[in-house]
Amino acid sequence: MSRKTLVATAALGLVWAAQAHAQANELTLCWAAWDPANALVELSKDFEAQSGTKMKFEFVPWPNFADRMLNELNSGGQLCDLLIGDSQWIGGAAENGWYLKLNDFFDKEGISMDDFAPATVYAYSTWPKGTPNYYALPAMGDANGWFYRKDWFSRPEIQAAFKEKYGRDLAEPKTQKELLEIAQFFQGREIDGKTVYGASIFTERGSEGITMGATGALYAWGFKYENTPGKYDMEGAVNSPAAVEALEFYKELYKTATPPGYDNAYMEQSLDAFKSGQVAMAMNWFAFFPGLYADPNVGGDKIDFFVNPPQNVAGSTLGGQGISVVANTDNMDGALAYIKWFAQPDVQKKWWSMGGYSCHNAVLNDPGFKDSAPFAGDFLEAMASVQDFWQEPAYASLLLAMQERLHNYVVADQGTAKEALDGLIADWTEIFQDEGKL
Amino acid sequence: MTQTPIDRLARATPPTLSRKVRGLSDRAIAWIFVAPTIFLLLAINIFPLIWTVRLSFTNFAANKPNAEVKWVGLRNYERVLTDEGIWASMTTTAHFLIWTLFFQVVIGFTLAWLINRKFRGNDLLTTLIVLPMMLSPAVVGNFWTFLYQPQIGLVNYVVELFTGTPASSFSMLGPGGLAPWAIVIVDTWMWTPFVMLICLAGLRSIPDYIYEAAEIDRASKWRQFWTITVPMVLPFLMLAVLFRGIENFKMFDMVALLTGGGPGNETLLTSIDLKREAFEKWRTGYSSAYAIILFVTVFGLASIYVKALNKVKER
Repeated sequence: MSRKTLVATAALGLVWAAQAHAQANELTLCWAAWDPANALVELSKDFEAQSGTKMKFEFVPWPNFADRMLNELNSGGQLCDLLIGDSQWIGGAAENGWYLKLNDFFDKEGISMDDFAPATVYAYSTWPKGTPNYYALPAMGDANGWFYRKDWFSRPEIQAAFKEKYGRDLAEPKTQKELLEIAQFFQGREIDGKTVYGASIFTERGSEGITMGATGALYAWGFKYENTPGKYDMEGAVNSPAAVEALEFYKELYKTATPPGYDNAYMEQSLDAFKSGQVAMAMNWFAFFPGLYADPNVGGDKIDFFVNPPQNVAGSTLGGQGISVVANTDNMDGALAYIKWFAQPDVQKKWWSMGGYSCHNAVLNDPGFKDSAPFAGDFLEAMASVQDFWQEPAYASLLLAMQERLHNYVVADQGTAKEALDGLIADWTEIFQDEGKL
Repeated sequence: MTQTPIDRLARATPPTLSRKVRGLSDRAIAWIFVAPTIFLLLAINIFPLIWTVRLSFTNFAANKPNAEVKWVGLRNYERVLTDEGIWASMTTTAHFLIWTLFFQVVIGFTLAWLINRKFRGNDLLTTLIVLPMMLSPAVVGNFWTFLYQPQIGLVNYVVELFTGTPASSFSMLGPGGLAPWAIVIVDTWMWTPFVMLICLAGLRSIPDYIYEAAEIDRASKWRQFWTITVPMVLPFLMLAVLFRGIENFKMFDMVALLTGGGPGNETLLTSIDLKREAFEKWRTGYSSAYAIILFVTVFGLASIYVKALNKVKER
């Protein structure tokens, strides 16, 4: 081998070694692109300072998040070392070996799931559901809630007009039907020379929007996915008279109390409608509430928040995610070190103070928690009655079927609520048969 | 003795080249040149096609690599062909295909016929007309979403201006049956210039002396149009229809951005439906059967069409 060749080979070797070293000291965390992700970037600077590990972040907009990340996991990609994935993914991720099972690590490091709110452990960490098999650490508690223009609600002329029409004071709705009345009251009303509308709700077709919105009504009417948990016996549960009434309610809310052209709207559109002063009320995830409260135009004393109102029962749609270690990461030690750091009570307290919704009892059970933010009490109330979509491995197919059935009925005016829910049972039955569960 | 394409290629190879490469025959050199292309063709086109056919007879799901793959025979084909949803998306695709082709042919040919006349600003006008087809379908999808927005969109305001219908009382992309027409309008806006350009090429290929002879025979303009212009432009027009037909059969990006298949399933084209089955529901076996059925449909229709086109050209 000539001297030149030797030098070139050595140089290449050095470059390769340097790259490998850099990768070993790097962690990529994947999540959705939204306000809490920005807070996590700030929070993670403490981890970088303590561990010397460089954090990289891959944030994907919500409409593409599931598509992008599930494709990444499915193809065995090595983009993410850590993933804050949606709660519904946990079944598929556990069964397909995409997430590392964390039990041994938790035992070794003394991380106890008893330190986290039980509802979040159940929803974000366990598979099979409720068993002590953990695939994630609860990272970001979330539920679908509501916010409204407090300044409009408190105007004397609007108060008087509402009382004249409904015989009661205009205030935060205590039931879903009250919510509908308030939304209809504001629909088309002139406020400050502008036509405003009742409420912005979720109607999006492509990913999960309309399902996340409509389940807010369904859960409040007492909707259940099965008659007996784990039996997949959906007839009479999914299409119960209460479920039919709830779906009809959601359609009426959409048809009579939302802005024009609001037929494919999700989080972003809901925020836009509220921030631009178009609507009196809006539904969205609690994750956005800190940002809304800080908004210079519609935040502060102009806004207030309320939990999804009950109808027959209290019920809110669960959002939120756990943080998992991607099984084929090439920096397993670094990823586990991050989880260990993130699980510490002090870090969790800072996480909440920066706008992340901690699930740690040290934060949630703190006597001052309820008063720490105007929406903190509502968050606790919502998390006490959350319900999640199927968390089955076939969740994507189950979700798409519901998206299609709901959008066809609610937005596209096809068929009746009963037909939509009957069709949904047929779709889900076929999926569970394919899965070998029926 | 019959000559293979390789033999013909070998003969066409310059003799100087074969002399330079010692120990290799002309035939071997030809194979060396052709082999990478053949390999790529086999690897990228033929192998996936054969693999898709194989998968279409199984219950394979790409998101469950460890699950047992069972041979299900023709079950996937049977399920696809008896699925009402798929027939609905086929109908939606047919509606989109037929109306976009109709409007693009009529408007494209008319524009070409007008542009073909010599007048001042002809070149500038041609450039302006072809601008839409230079845009990315993703860009077109996004900005037409704003144009169709009921509260701030230009389209609704124009309709209000001419008809008096309040702008915010209807949504082009929302319920009410307008969405299938909304996507037809956007595709027509974007791709009519393409049809126009092909027709223009056809019109300019007609020699002037044919019209001059017709003038001498005292043929009217109307007769000249139907007996000279239309027959001589027809092969070009048919080619444009073939290109646009194939493109629109697999239309995805623009419609996905405009409506995402909604409201409900009103604009759910087969390509969007297929993508959902394959990469969102992960029914790989089922979606393979779906893809094969679509492929056979397009291939069959295109073959019949090409035969018709060749007959027209021979006339």
